[in-house]
Amino acid sequence: MALECLIGIKFDDFVLIATDMSHIQSIMVQKSDDDKIHKLSSHLVMAVAGEAGDTTQFAEYIAKNIQLYKMRNGYELHPSSAVHFTRHTLSTHLRSREPYFVNLLMGGYNPAINKSELYYMDYLAASVPVNYYAFGYGGMFTLSIMDQDYHSNMTREAGYELLKKCIGEVKRRFIINLPKFRVRIISKEGISDMPTIIAEGEAA
Amino acid sequence: MEGMDEITDKKDNTSNPFQLYMPLLPKSECQVGEFLVDENGRKLRLNFAHGTTTLGFKFKGGVIMAVDSRATSGQYIGSQNVKKIIEINPYLLGTMAGGAADCTYWERVLARECRLYELRNRERISVAAASKLLANMVYQYKGYGLSMGVMISGWDKKGPGLYYVDSDGNRMAGNVFSVGSGSINAYGVMDTGYSWDLTDTQARELGRKAIYHATHRDAYSGGIVRVYQITKEGWTKISEEDSKNLHYQYEEEKKKKKPTTTSS
Repeated sequence: MALECLIGIKFDDFVLIATDMSHIQSIMVQKSDDDKIHKLSSHLVMAVAGEAGDTTQFAEYIAKNIQLYKMRNGYELHPSSAVHFTRHTLSTHLRSREPYFVNLLMGGYNPAINKSELYYMDYLAASVPVNYYAFGYGGMFTLSIMDQDYHSNMTREAGYELLKKCIGEVKRRFIINLPKFRVRIISKEGISDMPTIIAEGEAA
Repeated sequence: MEGMDEITDKKDNTSNPFQLYMPLLPKSECQVGEFLVDENGRKLRLNFAHGTTTLGFKFKGGVIMAVDSRATSGQYIGSQNVKKIIEINPYLLGTMAGGAADCTYWERVLARECRLYELRNRERISVAAASKLLANMVYQYKGYGLSMGVMISGWDKKGPGLYYVDSDGNRMAGNVFSVGSGSINAYGVMDTGYSWDLTDTQARELGRKAIYHATHRDAYSGGIVRVYQITKEGWTKISEEDSKNLHYQYEEEKKKKKPTTTSS
């Protein structure tokens, strides 16, 4: 659903993923501590938004298959391979009886070549490596901010501040109430939580 | 004739709930509800118990579940005595909102699966697992017109559990949920009075009051207000009161609370 907001930014040695924490059904907020970031492996996450039900079912299917690959082969899929597998799954379902209606961002770190990676993927199974992207109406407000302020060599603190700036703008100009964003960082050390961003700001 | 064998095989449609006979069309063309019209071409209302108020919340004393008992079909009140809390087993409850038939049928299938789980594993199923069984069952039929919004609650090794599951495929854990056309009204009362540290009496009263206020404002909710509580000993039925009696009771209480000082 376009009301949801997923933001991902790739830096030289880490990736930041932020997602809103509201589960919205028609006009109601049904849950305010939702987690839309699914862990796929030790250095890879997937932020998913879209049709209710499809989101979790799809994310769990991908996550379990990536775990299965690790069990069978004794090593994990690299982020780019996992993205390829995800894209393939999404595209084979696209022209079937039951397509998955999900938009997603995949953020990971490849420890073998010390490279951070971020991929855009939409429900039509288009997959594009990007430096930053934001899904949903939130993206319309935030992409210009990232176009303006993004540098690949920003520090973690600066990256976090950039996210805050984006989320502040969503709070300021977007009619839908998305007060809280969950933030995860993916780096050489793996996946960890950063403090939740509580949006601040109001329209001038 | 081609396909005839398949139909004969599956004419006993409900012997295996996981193999229901489905229309031989792509999902996008199977919006069953959209196509059903009566002899005058008017759309038929498929869902009997569409208007409903149900709620559930966790607190320090366990889980409270409260529901109304009205079943409507359009403007017509079909029944005032529906049991919208389904007793799956002594430790699990399910609520009913949306299509009454869908809810009763699939929660009965869930009850069977939970019993089988007990027999196979010699321990009771967790609330998380039970709710996921239901979510996966209804997800298989996504797009075929199922209509249900249920809460599954119970007590397991992890303590009290409360999950919301619906026919869109949503499944989420939470502390406070309300489902149905009266849910907006119920949320109003419940959100303002809710706290984790409520006593048993306060919590039961909150659930009862939230449902009562929903029956008052929502025309599709009414009848009897039923309240259940779940503790580590399993569920107990707390009360079943006519919303009419509650109305006069709360009116009396409100009169007593009226401030004596008059503002000039």
